[in-house]
Amino acid sequence: MGVVSSYRMRLRRKLWVARARARRSQLRAVADRTRAIRGGDLLAFTTLRNERLRLPYFLDYYRRLGIDHFLMVDNDSVDGTRDYLAAQPDVSLWTTEASYRASAYGVDWLNGLARSHGARHWCLTVDVDEFLVYPFCDSRPLRALTDWLDASQIRSFGAMLLDMYPKGPLAAQPYSEGQDPFEIAAWFDAGNYVMERNPGLGNLWIQGGVRARAFFADAPRKAPALNKTPLVRWAPGYAYVSSTHALLPRGLNRTFEEAGGEKASGVLLHAKFLDTFGARAEEEAARGEHYRAADEYRAYAEGLEGGRDLWCRWSERYINWRQLEILGLISKGNWA
Amino acid sequence: MSLGFVLLVHTAFDRTEQVARHWAAAGCPVVIHVDAKVPRAAFRAFRDRFGDAPLIRFCGRVRVEWGTWSLVAATQTGCERMLAAFPEVRHVYLASGSCLPLRPVAELTGYLADRPGVDFIESVAVEEADWAVDGLEAERFTLHFPFPWRRRRRLFDAFTELQRRLGVARKLPEGIVPHLGSQWWCLTRETLEAILTAPDRRAMDAWFSRAWIPDESYFQTLARRHSTRIESRSLTLAKFDVQGKPHIFYDDHRPLLERSDCFVARKVWPGAEGLYSTFLDPDRPAARMAEPDPGKIDRVFSRANRRRANGRAGLYNQGRFPAKGREGKLTAAPFAVFCGLGALFPDWEPWLARRLGGRVHGHLYHPEGAEFAGREEVLNGCLSASPALRDYRPEQFLANLIWNTRGERQTWQFGPGDTQAAMPFVLRDRNATVTVVSGAWVVPLIASDRPFDEVRAEIARLQRIEAAFLRLLDGPEVAARLHRWTLAEFAAGPEDRLAPVLAEIGGTEGARPLPAMRPLSAVPDFLQRLRNAGVKPVVMGDFGVPVSTPPRVGGPGLVR
Repeated sequence: MGVVSSYRMRLRRKLWVARARARRSQLRAVADRTRAIRGGDLLAFTTLRNERLRLPYFLDYYRRLGIDHFLMVDNDSVDGTRDYLAAQPDVSLWTTEASYRASAYGVDWLNGLARSHGARHWCLTVDVDEFLVYPFCDSRPLRALTDWLDASQIRSFGAMLLDMYPKGPLAAQPYSEGQDPFEIAAWFDAGNYVMERNPGLGNLWIQGGVRARAFFADAPRKAPALNKTPLVRWAPGYAYVSSTHALLPRGLNRTFEEAGGEKASGVLLHAKFLDTFGARAEEEAARGEHYRAADEYRAYAEGLEGGRDLWCRWSERYINWRQLEILGLISKGNWA
Repeated sequence: MSLGFVLLVHTAFDRTEQVARHWAAAGCPVVIHVDAKVPRAAFRAFRDRFGDAPLIRFCGRVRVEWGTWSLVAATQTGCERMLAAFPEVRHVYLASGSCLPLRPVAELTGYLADRPGVDFIESVAVEEADWAVDGLEAERFTLHFPFPWRRRRRLFDAFTELQRRLGVARKLPEGIVPHLGSQWWCLTRETLEAILTAPDRRAMDAWFSRAWIPDESYFQTLARRHSTRIESRSLTLAKFDVQGKPHIFYDDHRPLLERSDCFVARKVWPGAEGLYSTFLDPDRPAARMAEPDPGKIDRVFSRANRRRANGRAGLYNQGRFPAKGREGKLTAAPFAVFCGLGALFPDWEPWLARRLGGRVHGHLYHPEGAEFAGREEVLNGCLSASPALRDYRPEQFLANLIWNTRGERQTWQFGPGDTQAAMPFVLRDRNATVTVVSGAWVVPLIASDRPFDEVRAEIARLQRIEAAFLRLLDGPEVAARLHRWTLAEFAAGPEDRLAPVLAEIGGTEGARPLPAMRPLSAVPDFLQRLRNAGVKPVVMGDFGVPVSTPPRVGGPGLVR
């Protein structure tokens, strides 16, 4: 990487940091409990809108993994999300009516919060339908992972988005509050992921899975990106630049090995395809606040017409992280 | 009591306290060295917790920097304090704050009592050693290391390289042979006293203080000089990863640790509550008096190191995306590609499936979609037959297919009518066996009832594509096993040609009996007709001049 390219990346990073600072004023604190954050606490950062139904399981899941404090941005919810979160003792909540799209799909808001509260902490940035699974997550808390990453002098941890889906039409199995969504969306595509290295930012660009298979079989290039780097030991000046797909400085994107070995990695189980998806897709397509909302959600709407089944006979039923490791979706690296 | 523990500590004080009290409760004195980097207030608070424990003492503090002499100095301080304060101690065991005893102390003292006068210290002669991770074996002693490796890595490396170029070599002191070994040892009072009170200790200390990672060589070398009986192994189970840092034990390692029969394990994650409560339980039943056997744990960690260093061949995922040339094998398992045989034998795929077993696909790169075995729409791993998905990343399509079906041999057909983009990848792969009968595709074309001009144009097109493919076979990067014949060469003895190929791919049986082959009798005439029509047939090979007189043909483009 040349001097010019490094300098350009630096400018780009500064730009993202400046955007985050500028948009910080859009956030109004509803419940600021950040004074309770202790050195070394594990922090989770989330932007959400109208996700009341999903919240109990989401918070429970990450509390069990060992998240100490949740920093959340409510984007103008009207379903009780705000009150519910404001009442949680380990949640700090901000709210905003500003445009999700204009804030780079929440990136600016969360970069701003991480700037204020994330430095020297391990920060997990996830949506409410993303559930981190990493090697040994059934026997070792998240802190064991971050301690190991610290000892190995690793600053960021990759976790591909793994789209989960139910067997049968989405509407057939309604999700109820507090339920493990993967009791319903228990299935995934195990071996149809493709990727290339993004020459600029140095991250892997991964596509595939059920969304490519069912919705983008004729236009695979348009299939959504699945690569994510949700867990980062934050430092001042870091910034996500495109959802959690990529960061700057770009060394943080090197979560993969290029010399033939494997680096430790996890997945974000993605509970997108539940019965709530249909209504959601329509609403989001109308709002136009999501990335390529029109394209993507039109594809989903067409793909799911007539109660179409995403399941096929080679779909894999989720068991645990060991299964994902054997299938080659995640790796233990040299963590044993 | 005959055994004392020296503990080097810089963090996880609660766990250290638990372990120290565990040992003291068994009657073993403990001397704790707390890193001078720990603030004085924190140190005092920690020390004051032990007012009720006369067997637990503290020694003077040294500021410890990894890889430097300071670690040896701290150890010396602790040992001197131990030997002076507890004259009844016959063995000193060096441990760290993240060590965990795996067996009751009585078993360890019994083990030592059964082996009086034995020093347990891993100690490998430098000339023999392939011991360290960093590879600086002998140079640890002969070069100078003024820069800290962790904080000034580039300077460290540059200075080391400079000394190599200049041929710098420090002189070894008289009377010692450098040895390396694990930092965690258990020495007898006699050996330790001999080392610490040697008349030339000052000179030795001065020399070792300039060596690299002296904590892995100082005692290991000097024990050789003074000890009468050395058992060259550590009683502490400690494994190192590819970066040279210790592997860490968690609750899920409990069964492995229990079966290891090792006395002490390092290093244990401070949050591993299950391990601490199990192994420090005073009512824990005594195990059998077994020899320590770290073999099983060794295997687990060696596997992890290999996974990190080499990875699983043929796997491309978010943690493994090798640059070109660094992949090892490009795919996960051996597979076979047949070019042209399906055109010659109408029953080729089912016959091959019976003959080879495994899964026999049609043309995976057929322009209208992958022809999976049984013409399924989706294959293992939810791999789709969609041509757009496949052609988006045709190489990874194949890598995925082979990965998803590992354990079952995959065989597929290929020809000039298919999407060609993946072939350089296939040919670079040592797992591929590619069998080519070039020009064979012409046989069904001859038999078709399409108009001659159309067939001629098609043949010209396919021949151009196949010629390019054949040139790839001669490329410098080809690693696949190749078997290639022209149609003419193959026709001279199909069974003799195929038998060795099939034997190589799967089994020993010959190719007999082959399925029925399309008749080739019309080929020579047809090729002549092509020549006459201005297309030079090349890839089919030499069928000689047709015996019969060429039939009279007409039509545009005919040159005569």
